[in-house]
Amino acid sequence: MIKRLIASLFLLALTLPAMAAFDVGQLMTDLAKNKGGKAKFTEKKYISLLDKPVVSSGEMSYTAPDRLEKRTLVPKVETLLLDKDMLSIEREKQKLSINLANQPEALAFVDSIRGTLSGNRAALEKNYALHLSGSPDKWVLTLLPSDQKIAALVLRITVSGSKGLIRSIEYLQADGDRSVLNMEPVEVK
Amino acid sequence: MSRPAVRAFLIWLLAMLAGAVVVWNSHFTADMSFFLPAKPSPAQKVLVDQLKEGVVTRLLMVAIEGGDAPKRAAMSRSLRARLQKLPDFVAVQNGEAGSLDADRDYLFRHRYLLSPAVKPERFTVDGLRASIANSVDLLASPAGMMIKPLLPRDPTGELIELLSGLNAGAQPNVRDGVWASRDGERAMLLIQTAALGSDTDGQEQAIAIIHRQFAESAREAGVSDARMQLSGPGAFAVKSRETIKSEVSKLSTISTVAIIAVLFFVYRSLRLLTLGLLPVVSGALAGIVAVSLAYGTVFGITVGFGSALIGEAVDYSIYYFVQSGRLGADAWRQRFWPTVRLGVLTSICGFTALLFSGFPGLAQLGLYSLSGVLTAALVTRFILPALAGNDHPIRDLSHLAAPLNRGIRLLQGLRWPVLLLTVAASVVLVIDRNELWHPNLSALSTVSAEDGARDQALRADISAPDSRYMVVIGAADREGALQAAERAGQQLDTLVARGVIGGYDSPARFLPSQAMQASRRASLPEADELQARLQAAQADSPLAAAKLGAFIEDITTARTQPAIGRDALDGTSLALAVDSLLVQRPDGWSVLLPLRPAGGDKGLDIPVDAVRTALAGSDALFIDMKLEFDTLYNDYLHEATLLSLAGLAAIVALLGVTLRSLLRLGAILLPLGLAVILVIAGVHLAGEQLHLLHLIGMLLIVAVGSNYALFFDRGGDEDRLDPPTLASMAIANLTTAIGFGTLALSSVPVLHAVGITVGPGAVLALLLSASFSGKNRV
Repeated sequence: MIKRLIASLFLLALTLPAMAAFDVGQLMTDLAKNKGGKAKFTEKKYISLLDKPVVSSGEMSYTAPDRLEKRTLVPKVETLLLDKDMLSIEREKQKLSINLANQPEALAFVDSIRGTLSGNRAALEKNYALHLSGSPDKWVLTLLPSDQKIAALVLRITVSGSKGLIRSIEYLQADGDRSVLNMEPVEVK
Repeated sequence: MSRPAVRAFLIWLLAMLAGAVVVWNSHFTADMSFFLPAKPSPAQKVLVDQLKEGVVTRLLMVAIEGGDAPKRAAMSRSLRARLQKLPDFVAVQNGEAGSLDADRDYLFRHRYLLSPAVKPERFTVDGLRASIANSVDLLASPAGMMIKPLLPRDPTGELIELLSGLNAGAQPNVRDGVWASRDGERAMLLIQTAALGSDTDGQEQAIAIIHRQFAESAREAGVSDARMQLSGPGAFAVKSRETIKSEVSKLSTISTVAIIAVLFFVYRSLRLLTLGLLPVVSGALAGIVAVSLAYGTVFGITVGFGSALIGEAVDYSIYYFVQSGRLGADAWRQRFWPTVRLGVLTSICGFTALLFSGFPGLAQLGLYSLSGVLTAALVTRFILPALAGNDHPIRDLSHLAAPLNRGIRLLQGLRWPVLLLTVAASVVLVIDRNELWHPNLSALSTVSAEDGARDQALRADISAPDSRYMVVIGAADREGALQAAERAGQQLDTLVARGVIGGYDSPARFLPSQAMQASRRASLPEADELQARLQAAQADSPLAAAKLGAFIEDITTARTQPAIGRDALDGTSLALAVDSLLVQRPDGWSVLLPLRPAGGDKGLDIPVDAVRTALAGSDALFIDMKLEFDTLYNDYLHEATLLSLAGLAAIVALLGVTLRSLLRLGAILLPLGLAVILVIAGVHLAGEQLHLLHLIGMLLIVAVGSNYALFFDRGGDEDRLDPPTLASMAIANLTTAIGFGTLALSSVPVLHAVGITVGPGAVLALLLSASFSGKNRV
């Protein structure tokens, strides 16, 4: 009886400092508080074949937990809508709809951004190992793919932000090319 | 046997042997051609060709159930691997990654001959700058990941141009890397057989192989509850043939056994029974011989009609044996044969009308019954007396006289109620006149509602094409056909751009005409020239001209590459697409361009007028298959109405000329008319929708029923029919009712409709003729 009591006290002691410090759980709680909003984005893709990065910009809007719209205005108007597992892309006169449930690799990719936005730790840890550094005001979350199939596409995803807001996402692809997505929240009046 | 008897028997035997040889060598079929027009219009010809040889009729859809998703996927992969090795299958698709690699390779390798964007402007400095800038922009898009590896070789984005014209419509769901149903509970495959849709044997064999290989796959995967569902036009054809086969033997057996039982009850003599069946067997054989000689192919349904023929043909020997018992053969010939002959002739009038039908099935039924009845009557008249001699003591039937006469008197008392009932029936038919008829050809289809529903479900799950709308163009040769397809394609492109149609398929997309290939090749600049233009075009682009060496190489290769022909497609699934859309016919080539509806809120219909307008001026034919089917059925129905009226007119004329009395003619036709109205009202009230064969049934009620009315007319002459005559009529009527009535049990709509009308109709014709017989006519 006493042994057990001591053991549980010991466990309590172990967990106490962790609760106070900034960890993935804390970050996820902060992120989950964000119920949606709009942001302007600029995306730069660094491709070895090209002398200059490809730059695109537009607006993004997010509604918790699973609706994300990315509207590219420059260089070409293109709308990408993610609603639950349906991904649709509209570009010029072409419209393409993909059921992500059919594409596990693409789903894992999409989950990296969706899981971060909604603070869904379980969804993230299904495909990635998470590493957090920094403070609640300036944090960097690194996602390393745990599945070989995903690792063949992307080596590392680095998300940075402050409190419950994401500021940038960087994808480092397996071929060395990378893309950086910067976001600037728009105040909703 | 006497000398003439031996001679008659020998002649008959020889004829039968000859007939047996013909039947032995006959070709029997149970396919769709029963329903397809004998003299099709150009649009109907497309329909017929599509139904017989169209690629859609060679598609089988397979759903695998049981186990869990990974097990189902494993079974799907294993089944595909097994079937693909076999020559019986042209293509087996299950959505597996890599299964389309050969197609993508072909499209990429020949992109400069295939892409519609390849024109001289495309390779000018401005053209290159614009198309390469577009590709670079595309890198910004999520789709960019897909094109990035191809960019150095295909900076102008020809592969994207090619793929964007292909069907971007609904794709099946995927679970564990293979196609799955919408609910994910079944793995789906789409299989193309090597056998044509019209080759029922080939389809049956292919289906059997699929079942066998699936059992192996399931065993391999260790799934004990694995099940497979299979549907498609081939499966329907096989199933309907099985149905018809089993029904033909079942129905013939039922009616033969029942009729033999009746005959044995009457004759109580094996010898008389055997002799009595002689005209029937001869008639049935003659029917098949006539059809086989006239049409080359005998439909299974025609043979199924034999059950009715047996019931009708046995009448003549019944008349002979029962009526001639007392009188002897000569007296029978004198007294009764003219009446029987007139009955035979009215039946023949009815069946002859069908001969002129453009609906091949109907024409065959007509010829079959016509030759069968005629032969049975002739055998009865000329062979039977000689073989039977005068020694055929028949059981004394005089004890039947009293009850039969009581029955007739009872019926005669029911005249007014019968007339009132008929008026009521007519009122029902007039009120419900708009709901009486089934509107389309599906009424005649042997496909059960259950099978139809399963087919719909599989089709929806796999998004299989149904090819309802099609543009068809004829040409003298392959090159001409492909050029015509390219011209029509340009016209259709405007409709796609305007959103009138969702898209279209064309063989020219994968195999352009030689002229088109030559013009595309001529658009490609020489290496040095291209190098110089690229330098100029890419001066300010992030994609430096120096990195596009592979592009210049590929263009140089394309300039010297020989033109692609049909053999270049071997090993890809595109070969199948081209072969099914570009078809050689005895009189030239024809090219098919299936159209896809715009979808979304515009639904699945294509505005026919808009397409016709766009194609105006070309000799392209736009066809809505569903519309053609409905038109075809309406044509058949219209024609059958005319033929029935013509048959009726012939019967009336025949009776009028023979009887030379309007009163007697009216007395014969009245009960027949009443019988028709009562039967049709009865069938309608029983909840059956009438179709073409019910209409034919009405004609046959008159043609067959008149036989009984004629005896009462004769009875009218002599005031009263003697007991043997009455008994023979009752027995003959019973056998006819058994013969046609058996058909009513059939699940084949064509046979069922004739049975359900003529069976009760013949009985009513006898009863009503009795009711309205005698001096005190209404």
